[in-house]
Amino acid sequence: MRHPLLALQDVEARYGQVLALHGISLEVAEGTIVALLGANGAGKTTTLRAISNTVRSTGEVLFEGKRIGRRSPEAIAALGVAHVPEGRGIFPDLTVRENLRLGAYTRRDRRVKEDLERVFGYFPRLREREAQAAGTLSGGEQQMLALGRALMARPRLLMLDEPSLGLAPLVVREIFEIIGRLNSEEGLTVLVVEQNAKLALAACNQALVLEVGRIVLRGDGTELQANESVRKSYLGY
Amino acid sequence: MVAFTWSELFQQIVSGLSTGGIYASLALAIVIIYRSTRVINFAQGEMATFSTYIAFWLIHDHGWPYWGAFFATLAMSFVGGVLLERTVLRPVEGAPVLTIAIVTLGLLVALNGLTRWLFGGETQVFPSAFSTRAIHVGGVSFSLQDAGFIGLAIVAVALLWVFFQFTKVGLAMRGTAINRDAARLLGVPVGRMLALGWGLAAALGALSGMLTAGSVATFDPNLMLGVLLYALAAAVLGGLESPIGAVVGGLLLGVVLNLLGTYTSFFSGDMRLVGGLAIILVVLLVRPAGIFGRVTARKV
Repeated sequence: MRHPLLALQDVEARYGQVLALHGISLEVAEGTIVALLGANGAGKTTTLRAISNTVRSTGEVLFEGKRIGRRSPEAIAALGVAHVPEGRGIFPDLTVRENLRLGAYTRRDRRVKEDLERVFGYFPRLREREAQAAGTLSGGEQQMLALGRALMARPRLLMLDEPSLGLAPLVVREIFEIIGRLNSEEGLTVLVVEQNAKLALAACNQALVLEVGRIVLRGDGTELQANESVRKSYLGY
Repeated sequence: MVAFTWSELFQQIVSGLSTGGIYASLALAIVIIYRSTRVINFAQGEMATFSTYIAFWLIHDHGWPYWGAFFATLAMSFVGGVLLERTVLRPVEGAPVLTIAIVTLGLLVALNGLTRWLFGGETQVFPSAFSTRAIHVGGVSFSLQDAGFIGLAIVAVALLWVFFQFTKVGLAMRGTAINRDAARLLGVPVGRMLALGWGLAAALGALSGMLTAGSVATFDPNLMLGVLLYALAAAVLGGLESPIGAVVGGLLLGVVLNLLGTYTSFFSGDMRLVGGLAIILVVLLVRPAGIFGRVTARKV
């Protein structure tokens, strides 16, 4: 049997005494876009953090069928899991180019230059700002940089935490368009946490709705768009 | 006090740059560690003293040539710095800043004791690689030693700059210093980067220790006590987060203090340190983040 690229089995995570994830199970098939929806505090970010092992968790996290729950965050990144965290985590004092170069840290091959061109192809604005300190970029450009930096690692799985946060609608659409292209043109697997349910449901193959640390709904994007409670709670009509 | 002549002024500037280079290298060591941990390593001076004793031991007890001992000491200090981070600092990684600061204070006391225990507390004579013979360039005379010290400081700073600016590991260290968690998510082994920072800082400290001992000729286990204060002053002056600031701050401090000592009777001798501290006070009042520091808001 072929393993799904990523599988979580009964994953629990807590911050101190507070249980943030009450046993989450999910699968992300290779080549798909999966969206995690839910209100603030539902456990979306914690789910991503459990995968990259930046929060303590129990249960099984399987990447290509291998248990990775005990590995260090840097080892998990080296396996090909790129996690773009909440707030993007760019290095404001480094230049755009340096940020991108650092994204390729785990690479041992000599084709990093080509990938720099590839990223600039997706985000021409980053090329214009190449030598600028990343902290001087606009919010949208910073999100593009965070995305581009993640691509520099040639990841197998791209995890995005609220890429739309604080950005103008036009920029958000542009970013989601690129995520869609990465998926369709390069077969990149994406797990995206999003508040903007409308956009996420339109872009994804599969969506999961989290409520207080549990998955309460799952289905493909169009199914959930039609779902009464999703429409009421997350789409607002 | 000295009567003013231009050649005297230039001479004093060169001699100030020479001591400034010593401050700069120790200040740079402090800044490298501060950037990645937000902690001032109070043991930096004692680490340098210990390194200096290793060099002395190689030269004096084992008959090593100066430069052989010099480079061997840099290498051993690097390894020692890495080991210190791995064993003493690693257990308190992520602890509050005050806790880590106390650990470095403890390290100061422990290293001072260790130095006395291993090498004895008496005053020793340290050889210098450069003669103090004066050379004359266009009416200005300064010692070969001053020129050598300035040269060594420049080489060390240039090598570090190239390392941080153009190598993958140097870039990863800068990233780690800015945002540890983000660097980790990119696959950067953060722990190894921190240890490497301690190694580099220890080697820089060793350089400043050997130069200090060479410039004052005699030394004892308290060799770097005063230098540490000047280096801290230099680091604060330049902005604790800025490596360039540390270097400029160190050189500036060396020159200004030397000029004050030469042209005023007040700031020579014992009042020299007071002069240094007065400079810092003024800078902090005018520019709290230092000359090269940037004012940043941090979430607490």
